[in-house]
Amino acid sequence: MKNDPGFYHYWPYHNRPKIRWPGDKKLAFWVAPNIEFYELNPPPNPSRAAWPQPYPATQGYSIRDYGNRVGHVRQMELLDKYGVRGSISLSTALCDHHPEIIQMCKERDWEFFSHGIYNTRYTYGMSEQQERDMIRDSMESIYRHTGQKCAGYLAPALSHSELTLDLFAEVGTELFGNQGGYYTCDLFHDDQPTPIHLRSDKRFVSIPYSLEMNDTIAFVVNKVEPRRYGDMLKQNFDRLYQEGEESGTIMCIPTHNYQVSCPHRMKAYEAALDYITSHDDVWVTTAREIADYFIEHYYEQVSADIQLKRAGASQ
Amino acid sequence: MTLDKSHLEYPHRSKGMDHDRYDWSLLSERNPVSWPNGKKLALWVNVCMQFYPLDQQGVPFKVPGGMTMPYPDLRHYSLRDYGNRVGIFRFLKAFDRFEVTPTFTYNTELARRYPYLLDVLKERQNEFLCHGLHMDALHYGGLDKQEESKRVKSALEQLRELTSQDIKGWLSPARNESEHTPELLVENGVEYFCDWVNDDMPYPFRTENGNLWAMPLSNELEDKFILMNNQHSEQSYLQQICDAGDFLLQEAETQGGRILALNIHPWMLGQPHRIAYLEQALEYLMSLDVWNASGSEILAAFKQQT
Repeated sequence: MKNDPGFYHYWPYHNRPKIRWPGDKKLAFWVAPNIEFYELNPPPNPSRAAWPQPYPATQGYSIRDYGNRVGHVRQMELLDKYGVRGSISLSTALCDHHPEIIQMCKERDWEFFSHGIYNTRYTYGMSEQQERDMIRDSMESIYRHTGQKCAGYLAPALSHSELTLDLFAEVGTELFGNQGGYYTCDLFHDDQPTPIHLRSDKRFVSIPYSLEMNDTIAFVVNKVEPRRYGDMLKQNFDRLYQEGEESGTIMCIPTHNYQVSCPHRMKAYEAALDYITSHDDVWVTTAREIADYFIEHYYEQVSADIQLKRAGASQ
Repeated sequence: MTLDKSHLEYPHRSKGMDHDRYDWSLLSERNPVSWPNGKKLALWVNVCMQFYPLDQQGVPFKVPGGMTMPYPDLRHYSLRDYGNRVGIFRFLKAFDRFEVTPTFTYNTELARRYPYLLDVLKERQNEFLCHGLHMDALHYGGLDKQEESKRVKSALEQLRELTSQDIKGWLSPARNESEHTPELLVENGVEYFCDWVNDDMPYPFRTENGNLWAMPLSNELEDKFILMNNQHSEQSYLQQICDAGDFLLQEAETQGGRILALNIHPWMLGQPHRIAYLEQALEYLMSLDVWNASGSEILAAFKQQT
């Protein structure tokens, strides 16, 4: 085990190069609906139980199925209304289980990125080859079902190995060259994109995905009231928008439609989307478009700035 | 490190669900339904009448809301019993004031213990559902099938006799089930159950003994879930209920009838500092254009159209 994942160098949020998003926008805004499939009876992972109760875990399984039967379409209608294209964190087995949902996302020109096969299959305990195979399966599934060359990764149920990002980048290169496997949503260390160092020399970035704005973290872990969640989203936006004047920031809302699309939570969520998208200097976009733009225009400048600051503040 | 190869095998990875209990179906793709008198939103208010035994066994887990302290946990026993002595009568006043017709989902053991309370509720002629024997008689994976069969049969037979109603609805204690529960319910004459929370509308649920209906009785909107599990304020509970009513009514405008199901507990909302929030929620919901009905009535109206 390491005491530091070693993916990035320290980069102070202070005197950074000025990032400007397309159209001279100050803030890049993206929404990440997690479209997930949880199995009722998965093989038990040695490090993490999928469900707290013995089979059948009626409650946990059925509320997640609510997201698929009821929730996704609700959020689609809402995002349509505010002109947001989702960047989907996809349990790729859902392409097989519920192709209708994938079709609706395709019709909206949404982005698909990999969130593993099932959200009840954890990375813990996998050999390097197993994890590579799982990642490849997920990326091939996205390509087969949507024609998209998967660019991003969020490990299934945020379960990682030390090699997760390396393997994702490498499989992406094997399948799609530089057009696949070049950003991750697994790291929460910054409000701007960060170059990530991997064992290959591939240009690879971290795109901020916000654990704090994640509806499941807010509602299930932190037990936040729905209206307060709406207020938190607006406050998160206000500050990032203000700071984006200095250097462009990113705001992400990761959602799960078994949470935010429940009837008692939609109103506050809609109010926040309405608020955010009513501001002029917001680039409403997808994770892939942010990663592409950053890699093309700022990757080198930012890397140089990080190198400069590694030497200390007195340079 | 290597996982067993089963971890990279996906035997159920194909169209539909990963089990055969029900068919996959998108809510938005179904035929719209309409409720009697052209109402858009059905309001189902269900009161959980519960008995939490002092000698809780906690198998396979301590039921949420049950005893947490070493025996004898008088604080939790008596605080839950408060609902059956005091809280329920505050509920009844509120129902009368706002002309709400509720249903009562009963632990059979409670019906047996307090005949006076049962008589008062029977006089109102509202629907009773069965909530299992009591809150510590859990249905769970691994429970001996014969034992569970006895529990289901005994809970339903006794409650039918005590209430003089042919009980058709079921809610498992803690919404927990074994792999056999749905079969046992059908075997014992249950028509609908409310344990699965994956839909906002009724849907058919397959068992080896014929179909059950799964009825939506939101867990996320329960008083217990919002106030005890989530530790939200009473004000927020009220707001969440009103927001849900508004949203479902709006969705019903374009997608057909919807159901708002409130599951409430007299030991929770029946407290003096909370009852006003239930009253305000009921007042608001009844001011909307709702069809206030029981689980069986909603299901009957639904079945007529499908």
